[in-house]
Order: sequence, then structure tokens, then C-alpha cells
Amino acid sequence: MILPWLIFIPFIGGLLCWQTERMGPQVPRVIALVTMLLELFLALWLWASGDYHLANAIGNTPHWEMEYRVGWIERFGITFHLALDGLSLIMVTLTGFLGVLAVACSWKEIEKRIGFFHLNLLWIIGGVVGVFLAIDLFLFFFFWEMMLVPMYFLIALWGHSGSKGNSRISAAIKFFIYTQASGLLMLVSILGLVFAHFYQTGVFTFDYAVLRETPLSGPLSYVLMLGFFIAFAVKLPVVPFHGWLPDAHAQAPTAGSVDLAGILLKTAAYGMLRFAIPLFPEASADFAPVAMVLGLIGIFYGAVLAYSQTDIKRLIACSSISHMGFVLIGIYSGTLIALQGVIIQMVAHAFSAAGLFIISGQLYERLKTRDMREMGGLFGRIGTMPGFALAFIVASLGMPGTGNFIGEFLILFGAFEVVPWVVVIASFGLVLAAIYSLVLMHRVYFGAPKGEGALAGLDPREFCMLLLLLFLIVLLGFFPQLVLSVSNTAMTEVQQWFSVSSLMMQ
Amino acid sequence: MNLLFLIAVFPLLGALALAFFRRMPVNLAALVGVGSMGLAALTTAWVDIAFLTGDQTPFVQTLWTWVAVGTFTEDFALYLDGLTVTMISVVVGVGFLIHLFASWYMREDLKEQTGYLYTRFFCYMNLFVFSMLLLVLGDNLLLIYLGWEGVGLCSYLLIGYYYRVPANAWAAFKAFIITRVGDVFLAIGMFILFATFHTLDVQEILSRAPDMWQRGDLMVELAALMLLGGAVGKSAQLPLQTWLADAMAGPTPVSALIHAATMVTAGVYLIARTHTIFELAPFTLGLVGIIGAITLLVAGFAALAQTDIKRVLAYSTMSQIAYMFLALGVGAWDAAIFHLMIHAFFKALLFLASGSVIIACHHEQNIFKMGGLSRTLKLPYACFVVGGAALAALPLVTAGFYSKDEILWLAFANGHTVLWVAGLFGAFMTSLYTFRMIFIVFHGKENTHAHPARGIAHHLPLIVLLVLSTFVGALIHPPLGNVLPTEDLVEGSTMQYVLEVLSAIVAIVGVGIAAGLFLGKRRLVNAAVGTPTGMRLWHFFHNAWGFDWLYDKVFVKPYLGLAWLHRVDWVNALVNLVPGLARVLHWGLATTQNGRLRWYAGSISVGATVLLVLLVLG
Repeated sequence: MILPWLIFIPFIGGLLCWQTERMGPQVPRVIALVTMLLELFLALWLWASGDYHLANAIGNTPHWEMEYRVGWIERFGITFHLALDGLSLIMVTLTGFLGVLAVACSWKEIEKRIGFFHLNLLWIIGGVVGVFLAIDLFLFFFFWEMMLVPMYFLIALWGHSGSKGNSRISAAIKFFIYTQASGLLMLVSILGLVFAHFYQTGVFTFDYAVLRETPLSGPLSYVLMLGFFIAFAVKLPVVPFHGWLPDAHAQAPTAGSVDLAGILLKTAAYGMLRFAIPLFPEASADFAPVAMVLGLIGIFYGAVLAYSQTDIKRLIACSSISHMGFVLIGIYSGTLIALQGVIIQMVAHAFSAAGLFIISGQLYERLKTRDMREMGGLFGRIGTMPGFALAFIVASLGMPGTGNFIGEFLILFGAFEVVPWVVVIASFGLVLAAIYSLVLMHRVYFGAPKGEGALAGLDPREFCMLLLLLFLIVLLGFFPQLVLSVSNTAMTEVQQWFSVSSLMMQ
Repeated sequence: MNLLFLIAVFPLLGALALAFFRRMPVNLAALVGVGSMGLAALTTAWVDIAFLTGDQTPFVQTLWTWVAVGTFTEDFALYLDGLTVTMISVVVGVGFLIHLFASWYMREDLKEQTGYLYTRFFCYMNLFVFSMLLLVLGDNLLLIYLGWEGVGLCSYLLIGYYYRVPANAWAAFKAFIITRVGDVFLAIGMFILFATFHTLDVQEILSRAPDMWQRGDLMVELAALMLLGGAVGKSAQLPLQTWLADAMAGPTPVSALIHAATMVTAGVYLIARTHTIFELAPFTLGLVGIIGAITLLVAGFAALAQTDIKRVLAYSTMSQIAYMFLALGVGAWDAAIFHLMIHAFFKALLFLASGSVIIACHHEQNIFKMGGLSRTLKLPYACFVVGGAALAALPLVTAGFYSKDEILWLAFANGHTVLWVAGLFGAFMTSLYTFRMIFIVFHGKENTHAHPARGIAHHLPLIVLLVLSTFVGALIHPPLGNVLPTEDLVEGSTMQYVLEVLSAIVAIVGVGIAAGLFLGKRRLVNAAVGTPTGMRLWHFFHNAWGFDWLYDKVFVKPYLGLAWLHRVDWVNALVNLVPGLARVLHWGLATTQNGRLRWYAGSISVGATVLLVLLVLG
């Protein structure tokens, strides 16, 4: 019964926030914070109480730690079917944690329509948690689309209008159209899969475990796989589909950026691991070289793009494109080491990107600009912030001792056995990562000060958020086993699906 | 022995304390920064004694399981053998002395450079020592890589310590990026080794390598080449050497610790640590020697044409590390490590003494604006003479003589005559540029007024290092017998004496020529530099053979151009054609809906005509 509550709590909390705004501006904030803390607590409780170190159970039935199922639209075999394994638990916990941060970092930033803001914020969280838990394809699609709408409002209503005519409205619309159109492709693929199953067995079902067994002809499964892949590729994002990301990030409020980079992008990687590969293992193995080349392009294109930005948030957004290139290579190389690396990379990137976005938000609150050409020389003028910025930048360039290093290097080590040349080329992306990351440091914090006097340092709320993130990044860098042991079983399953089909192809 | 991990823990705790309480008073910060190193030094002494009095078998201390995924299982484990004992003693011992000196130096320095935090300096320095210790103590390549990148980061932070000066910040940037290129090669080397052995444990790799690979196999050559790529980056050897001279932008104790005594020798350590792989890869091992020989000449010429006291020392560091590479290349493993240790002593001494000179001359670093300092700065002068003599390997009384001549002798004895000639010529260059610097700085006309420094934090490190730079230092023999293969050459043959005398003569001749050229009025030199060819040569060597210019043209400018082209996201612009097209279509259709009857009638008739024509033709 705990699984549906994980989804309902944010929705209910959101409604409460909306309605209690009339009781004062602080009330929705407090309610939102309590809601998210409750969510995080539940996830951590699941983490502590469950046993995810099970022996590798490969078989035809996926291995769930916990399941919840009620009928929904019986006629088409649609059920409200939630399930939890190590992978979804990690993602849900991450969502809860970043939810807390998102509420905390908008404490002073959001001044108008506070209740409605928190409604949207919490509903995003609810939708994302739904995505991570749903294993009925229809339900998955339902949550997948649902998380877009509040995000759209978040950007459109509370966003910043950017430079050179990039308004928050157009960014929001762009985000919506990209994800909506790609979601449509996924819907078509889902229906295609369901009908293929229906023609063979005469049974309508959207159930993950059943559909996984559907025998498909080669071309059909390839086309259906592509539908899923493109939907996820837009969200990840993979390079030709990345256009929405810099705009959405730059124009979104801080909480929106934190959620976008921290968890919305991760739903795509999750979708690939949970659906695209297990549902279509042969087609995915077939498609893997293409995906990995796209990953390579993403690494380098994102890195060059990041270097060329003048807007600090756009720079971080483009660096996400580059980091997600590594994730894509890791997923489609299909070895256990690389897949485990993907998990660490997702979590670590969520932390480091969230840290950088929160700092950008704090800079904006103080300087009222995001243009790096107007910054410079802030080191020594702005309290402890540069130290934190340095730490997150160093994490983002993959310094050992941070989780990002473990993630990237596990991906590279794992993929090297399969595709050595891809890994060799991708490794040089690490140099470009160093360039764009350090350039951020130099443009913003180093050099001669551009103004007189000290700016406001970090207040305790800001300090605690950043310290907590930094602590987790370092924790992940030295003790990645905390996460790896939880995701081990789930990733072993994915790897076995993948390798069995790779063998069959050969 | 079980205290081993504490050696690394003390500097880490120091760094954390300094980071969290960054506003602590200067005296307390110095106490924390230097004290943590002192505790580490005591622990190191304890471990050293335990190791040396025991049977010297390797000792492994596993702290926890770091990463375990399938076959990829790496522990966070420390490994101690004779080589590590040597390295940690150098790192912690010299490191402690430099920290002590720095507590004086930074106090003086920050009187002029206001607004920088004293704690930040020691935080980075302690963090550096922590990383360096992990680098040398690491039991597996992943942990070594952690230290490897960690020291790079601290080097970056300390070069850019005066972050308000853009030149310093960019020097730091350059150092980080260039060494990162090397790091990527090292990473690829790790990938190859892991794919082959399914472990990153150094000892296991070394013991299994001879079974896995034949001598000269392509894969082992590749793996060695990649490790070498990492080593040349960190150790500032050709072709990744250009960052070291600019790295002198950092405070002088940083140059002493990181860019002379410890970090830049990490490449030598790495190659010595993985020597079995290099022995299986004759081509790459030969390349190590050749890189060493070329770098020592390139750096030697560059050092001759520098005007900044620290840049002279930087290029001399480059050339001395090149000697170590040369030694590795000819298979003189223990000679390389011996020279590493001796070099750490005398180069730290020279840098610290130059720091003392710089402070005494009010932050003047141009040697031509000093002059005649031997009268006022007695202790730094003594340090420079002893350190410079060790650097130039003057016979018998200096430590450098014993370490460098062993390298030259082994190069000759192992049949690498060309490398030996290069090394001998390099020795001549070394004494020439070293004593050029000493004569210009300490002799001749006094150009500035200097204030000698006082205090134990200033004197003690200089005196200890001064003693270690004489033959006393050469009495310390690193316990490498069980770790590195030794040569079974006959010691004390006539040939060896002949060669030693020869190189002694070369060094003394170098000093003599330097005296002739740079003592007194330097007429000859000034005349030579005055000619157009001389001028051009001077600029060529002053800019260290134009490598910066070349890399700027080949790498930096093209990348900046590429970035400039991508101010616009072209892929996104292409996608934007779709809404653009929709807009055009919208406009086209909207203009037809204009409510004018004539327009509608006209379009109906045109449409009908087209249809009819199609029907008739069809």
C-alpha cells in the first residue's frame, strides 16, 4: 500500500499548498517542505527496510521487491500497476531528495502565486514518482505526459525572460511541443505493441511483464523500439533532439532547473533501462552502435556548445547534454559495469547539476543577471559560495573522489570491452569537460573584481543545501557501494536481457 | 605498520579544518597546516622504522571495498614497499619542511598581496599532500588515479592562488588542461589493463603481465604508451611540458613542493611502479629515454635564456626530471628513484631560497634587477651555492653528483651511447645555466636593497635541506632492492671512473664558462645577444622553442574558432526551420482568407481551369 501513497502524497500536498495560500505566504512553503520530507522519509524507509541484495534472479518474470495492482480500465487490460525494485527505489529516493531541495531553493525566490507554484512543483514530483513506479505501459504513459503540464506552467509563469527575445513563454511552449510530440511517438509504439500482442493471443493487456514476452518480427520490433527510443532521446536529451533543453533551463526558475536536470532528464534514462531495452532487446542490441555514436556526438557537441555560452544557466544546461552522452553510451554498451556506472552517473549528475543550478539562482538573486560577461572576480566577495561552486564544478568535470568520477569511469571501463574505440574517443570528452567547467569558474569567480565591496554571503538555508549536496557527492565518490548494491539486481537483469539477445544476433 | 593510513589522514583532517574554519587566525592556521604535516611526518618516521627494521616485505592495508561491480572489484587499499617508503618519506619529509617555510613566506607575501585568505593556502597544501600520498600509496590504479587527479586539482588551485590576477588564473587553467590531456591517456591505459587482466591491482597486473603478453606485443606497447602519456603530462616532459614554466605563477613554496619536489615526479614514480609493463614494451621504454634526452636539452637551452629566477628553476626541474626519464629509459630504475629523491632535496632548497630572495627583494623576480646579493643575504646565498652545486653535480661534495653520475654511467654501460652523450651535454648546460643564475643574482653590482629574513620557520627548512643537498643526502640509500630490478654490472670498473672524471670535468668547465661569461661586465654575452641572430636565438630559447606558439596555432585557436562557430546552436537552428515553415504556410493561407469576393472568384476560376487542364491532359 505504500507505493500508491508515494504518488498520492505529493498530489495531495500540492492541493493543500494551493488552497492554503490564503492563510499566508509561509504556509504553502511549509506544507510543501513537510510533504517532500515525508516523501523522502518514506523512500528512505523503504531503502532501509527492504533487501535489494537478492541473488540474481534471471527468469521470465521480472523481480519486484514490492508490487501494487488494482484494475482500472478492465476492457483494455489496463491496470493501476505499480512495482518497485532497486532501480526505481534509487530514482524515487533521488526524486524525494531533489523535491526537498527544490522547495528549499525557491523559499525566497518565488514571491507571487506561491500556492499555485508549489502545486505545480509537487505535481511534477508526483508525476515523476509515478513514472518511476508504473509498470503498466498505459499508466506509465499517463504519468509521462502528466509531469509535463506542471513543468510547462512552472516555466511559463515563474520563469525568467531571457536575453535576445527568448521569452519564458516560448521556452515553455518549445519544451511542451518537443516532449508532447515525442510522447505521441511512444504512445503509437505502446499501442503497436499492445495490438501485436492482441493479434497473437487475443488478449488486450498493457502489462509490462506480459508484453515483454510478445514475440515480434524483426522490423516491427525495430520500429516500435524507435518510437520508445525517440521519446526518451528527446527527454535525455540526445543531440538532434536537444533544442528545448538550454531554453527551458535558462528560462525556468531555479526549482524548475533543479527538477529538470536532476530528475526529469533521468526519467529518460530510466525509460531506456526499464522499457526500451527489456521490451525490445534484439532491436536494441541492433540499434546500439547508432545510439552510442549519438552519445559520442552528444558528448562533444554539448561540450563545445557549453563553452560558447554566455548565460551561466545555459552553460550548465549544455554540460548536461554532454554528460548524458556518457549515460547513453553506458546504457547501450550493455555490460553490467557500464550499466551500474549509468546509475551512479545519473545520481551524481543530479547532485552536481542541482548544486550548480542552485548557485546560479543564488547569483541571480544577488546580481540580477545570468550573463557571465557581467560577472567576474566574485571570489572573495561573496562568502563561501565560490568554494561550493568550485566543488560542484570539479565534480562536474569528473574529479575522482566525487560520484561523477565513479559514474563516468564505470561507464568507460564497462564499455571498453565492447566498443574500445568509442570509449577512447569519449575519454577525450573529459578534456573538453574540464575546459567548459573551469571556464565557468574563471569567468564568474576569478579575475579582477568588477564591483566594490562584498555581496551578501550564503545564509544558513543556502549553506545547508549546498553542504548537503556536496556531502552526498563526496559520499558517492568514496562509498558508491551504498547505491551500487541496491541497483545490482535490476541492472544484472537488464544486462542479461541485452547480452542474451546480442548472443542470439551473433 | 597499521598506522599507515594515518599518514594520509592527518593532512586530510588539516585541510578539512582549514576549509571549515576559514576565518581562523593566522597563527592558528599555520599551526593546523604545519602541525598536521608534523604529525604525518612523525607517523611516517614510525612506519619507516617499522618497515626498515623488519624484513621489508610489502604490506597491504585494506580500508574498505571501494567499488564492486561484477568483475570490477577495487578496494580502497594502501600498499607499502621499498619504493613507497622512499616516496612517502620524500613527500612528507620535504613537504613538512616546505609547509614550515611557507608559514613564514605566506605571512610575508600576504602583507603585499592583501585580501587573500591565509587558511586557503594551507587548506590546498594539505589537500595536496593527502592526494600525493594516495598517489604513491595506492594499491590499485584507480586509487593511484584518484591521487593523480587530486594533485592536479591542488596544483591548479595553488597556481591560481592569486586569483585576482588574470594571468595567474589562466596559468592555472593551462596547467590543468594540459595535464588532463595526459590524464586521459593514463585513463585509456587503465582501460586496456583492466580489459586484459580484469583487475586494476598493480601487483597482480605486474605478476601476471609476463604470462599474458609476449615481449613487444602490440597491446603491451599500447598500454605502456598510454601510461607514458600520463607520465609526460604530469612530469612536464615533451610534448606536454609547456605548462610548467607558467605554473611558477603560484606562491614560491608551491613551486617548491608541487612543481619541483613531488607532483612533477609522479610520472617517474608511475613508470617505476609499473616497470614490468615497460620492460615488456621495448619500443615504449626506448621512447621514455628519448623523451628524456630531448626534454633535457630543450629545457637546458630554455633555462639559459630566462630572466625570471623561478622560470630558470622551472626549466631546470624539467631537465632534471628528464634525467630521471632517461634513467628509466635505459633500465636504471633505482638510479631514477635515487635521483628523484636527491632532486627533491636540492630543488626544494633552491626554490625555498629563491622564495627568500624574492621576499627580501620586495617581490622582485627578475634576476637582472637583483645582483650582488651575496653580501646581504648570507643564508640564501649559501643555499644557492650548495643547491646549485648539487644541481650542476659538482664532484664529490654534492648529492647531485652521486645520483646523476649513476644515471650517466648506467646509460653508457647499457649501451645507450647517444643518450649518454645527450646526458653529458645536458650536464654541461646545467652547470652553465645554474651558475649563470647564481652569478647574476648574487654577484656583480647591487641593483636593489634586500632585507634578510629572520626566524626559525625560515632558517630551519633551508638548513636541513642544505645539509641533505651535500654528500650527506647521498648517503641515504632508498630500500629498492626488493622492488625494482637491479643491474648486475660490475661496480667500480675502470671505465666507470673514467666516465665519472669526465662528467666532473664537464660540470666544472660549465661553471668556469659561466664565470667567464656572467661574472664581471658580461661584454661577450651582451655583444652576442646584440646581433640580430643572437637576438632571434635569445627569443627562441626565451620562449622555450616556441612550443606555446605552436600549440596556440594548432589547438587553442582552432578550438576557439569552433566554439565561435557554435555561438549558434546549428542543430537547433535547423529544427527551428519546422516552426518557420509552419509560419510561412500559415501566412500564405491566411492571406488567401481575406474576405474579398474578387479574390475568391479569381481563385475558383484558376482552380477550375487547372483541374480542367489536368483532366484533359490525363
